[in-house]
Amino acid sequence: MPPVYSIRKGLDIRLIGDAEKTVADLKSRLFAIKPTDFIGCFPKMLVKEGDKVKAGSPLFFDKYREEIYFTSPVSGKIADIHRGAKRKLLEVIIESDGKYESLDFGSADPAKTEREAITEKLLKSGLWPAIRQRPYSVVAAPKDEPKAIFVPAFDTSPLAPDYDLMVHGHGEEFQAGLDILAKLTKGKVYLNVHNDNTMSKVFLNARNVEINSFSGPHPSGNVSVHISRLSPINKGEIVWYVYPQDILAIGRLFLTGEHDTTRLVALTGSEAKRRQYFKTRAGASISNMVKDNVEKGELRYISGNVLTGDKINKNGFVGFYHSQVTVIPEGNYYELFGWALPGFGKFSISRTYPSFLNPDKKYRVDTNLHGGQRAYVMTGMFEKVFPFDIYPLQLIKAILVEDIDLMENLGIYEIDAEDFALCEVIDTSKTEIQEIVRNGLELMRKEMS
Amino acid sequence: MKALRKFLDKQKPHFQPGGKFEKLESSFEAFESFLFVPNKVTHNGAHIRDAIDMKRTMSFVIIGVIPTLMFGMWNVGYQHFLSFGQHPDILTNFLYGLGKVLPIIIVSYGVGLGIEFLFAQIRHHEVNEGYLVTGILIPLIVPPEIPLWELAVAVAFAVIFGKEVFGGTGMNVFNPALTARAFLFFAYPGNMSGEKVWIADKLDSFSGATPLGQALVGNFHNFPSPHDMFFGFIPGSVGETSTFLILIGALFLLITGIASWRIMLSVFAGGLLMGLIFNLWGANQYMQLPAWEHMIMGGFAFGAVFMATDPVTSAQTTKGKYYYGFLIGMLAILIRVFNPAYPEGMMLAILLMNVFAPLIDHFVVKSNIKKRLKRAKVALVE
Repeated sequence: MPPVYSIRKGLDIRLIGDAEKTVADLKSRLFAIKPTDFIGCFPKMLVKEGDKVKAGSPLFFDKYREEIYFTSPVSGKIADIHRGAKRKLLEVIIESDGKYESLDFGSADPAKTEREAITEKLLKSGLWPAIRQRPYSVVAAPKDEPKAIFVPAFDTSPLAPDYDLMVHGHGEEFQAGLDILAKLTKGKVYLNVHNDNTMSKVFLNARNVEINSFSGPHPSGNVSVHISRLSPINKGEIVWYVYPQDILAIGRLFLTGEHDTTRLVALTGSEAKRRQYFKTRAGASISNMVKDNVEKGELRYISGNVLTGDKINKNGFVGFYHSQVTVIPEGNYYELFGWALPGFGKFSISRTYPSFLNPDKKYRVDTNLHGGQRAYVMTGMFEKVFPFDIYPLQLIKAILVEDIDLMENLGIYEIDAEDFALCEVIDTSKTEIQEIVRNGLELMRKEMS
Repeated sequence: MKALRKFLDKQKPHFQPGGKFEKLESSFEAFESFLFVPNKVTHNGAHIRDAIDMKRTMSFVIIGVIPTLMFGMWNVGYQHFLSFGQHPDILTNFLYGLGKVLPIIIVSYGVGLGIEFLFAQIRHHEVNEGYLVTGILIPLIVPPEIPLWELAVAVAFAVIFGKEVFGGTGMNVFNPALTARAFLFFAYPGNMSGEKVWIADKLDSFSGATPLGQALVGNFHNFPSPHDMFFGFIPGSVGETSTFLILIGALFLLITGIASWRIMLSVFAGGLLMGLIFNLWGANQYMQLPAWEHMIMGGFAFGAVFMATDPVTSAQTTKGKYYYGFLIGMLAILIRVFNPAYPEGMMLAILLMNVFAPLIDHFVVKSNIKKRLKRAKVALVE
């Protein structure tokens, strides 16, 4: 039996809106790659509106790391290049021709391919950005030697999609992908499964990796938690991580030579009607997923989960790293004496609302902030949902005063903004903790390069 | 409801930048958010938020002190009539006490909140809810006979020099309520100690000394019974006499998870340990007082439950909270027994540990940093 890492601190937020484990084909006409999904990426365009592309055709590259290409997930033509304020590139939108033709990158046997040939193939095909590094959560640098590569095989965030279902029937591609990853590091590849929930033989019988079991509430599925228990990051060390659906795409690239990001995306959230999994490619438009399939009222569409996802509109696109879309009600209303009333049916981890008497109840939670921003007053709350040997409030304050040495000493390399998501949810002072942490990480990254 | 909301929506532009009363923006925000939880929504990051906010947190502390406040009002009346040898009904006692305590509460809130609003305005901040708790704690820790102007000066001092000069709520080093009490204690000692002040308008011939006052002068033969001290039928500051009701408040704060059980527990543990040490030593009568009786005398329980647990001025790290509370308990008993000038040690013990709380945290965090550096070194060798 592999060891079980039992995570005690954390919180499972129970929401209404799990996806049923059925799969439908999503007929999306539009797809988009969003440069904003890639932290620190400064895109230089390679295509213009109207250009014809195939799956795997380069769309843009990173100005500061020219070897890293971002490619089209489908074949068709460039429909629009969507820019925001200061001409910031937001979305490169591709209109699919429905044929999914790929450039041929040439198949290769993972076992007989050298590291250099592997990185070259991944970079050219545009699948390289699926590999990210810690610290900073940026796309990995091909020349780096990571001390380990982490693959989380489960997700514990609210309404999380089922990774078992995603790899179901794709054992060969998954194993090929893992074999490729094993070539990229001299250290280990860690495949981390959930002690009770992971059933898939694709995960449990994977070879060429070290399998470890985790249990406990969210964030026990977060990569940082796995890293902290198995191979903590010290200053100067680098760890890579990849999610299972991207490993499937990497495996396919080597088995067939094609750029094929086929994946499942779960539609979840209390306001989605027919909640299920959709089979599509990376960056699909959600419009056909949610059209005539959501409740009435003002809604929040989120690419990703409610803790860390990105706000998109009803015609928006699924993020490059996301395999979930969540639809919840907006909370744009006033509530008379809301803070003083008993508040039955309100979600709270604190025991100041009666909800603590009914721990199994599932909630329909909206986006209301439930208060105004205040100074930090309460202490000892974050520690309850933060399973790291790190002092969260002290680290947040070190970031706010931009004390580089202190941030480093308090362990900023070991965490990511997503690890503070629960702190942000339960924060009495209603501050934007993930944004603060993200800014801190960016400051460190610039300072260190 | 809707009419009120409409009215506020109509007035709001006047208080926003560019409006007639833009200078009063934070005051408007304070009143508006008191009436209505704002319609603000999350943008990116976590899209959902816990229903708790600062108002809810603070109002729960206030609920926690209500039992002892109610009892305190009754006890003010009870002690007053007792000094005349009278035993009127509960209501008469309570109404007498209400008449004494209500003005104290009004002055405390009026002066304190006035200054808070002023500073929020100057700084263009939201008005923080912290003073809602401070404002009710101050009346509970002063004698019922406190002159109101002295109280007003003390509150102003506490809010300005105890809190605002440090940057306002969340940044202060000293517990503001205890700062006010310390100010009164040192500025107007005649109205804060002795036999006269603890019972409102008492008969002169009646001894109004508190158990602590009597213990200090070695007067142990007419000590009140532990029963009276536990339930609070003794003279003292308005809200601190009934250990029983303080414990009920504590239970409420612990169940709701608002106050730190670590601090409460360790204050009592520290106090008991010091008391036991003195019992073993036993050099004088005060030292021989059973350790547990210290817990029900004076402001020990009130301080442990409502003062030491102030999240801003206590230690913020989990480990640090144990040290912080434990030292408060020990110091409080130490000062009581050893220092002839101060009958009550709790206030000074907490204020002293407020100063040391950041230092305690510093060492706790430092050990975490050391552990991290050590791990990095081991990794380097490998």
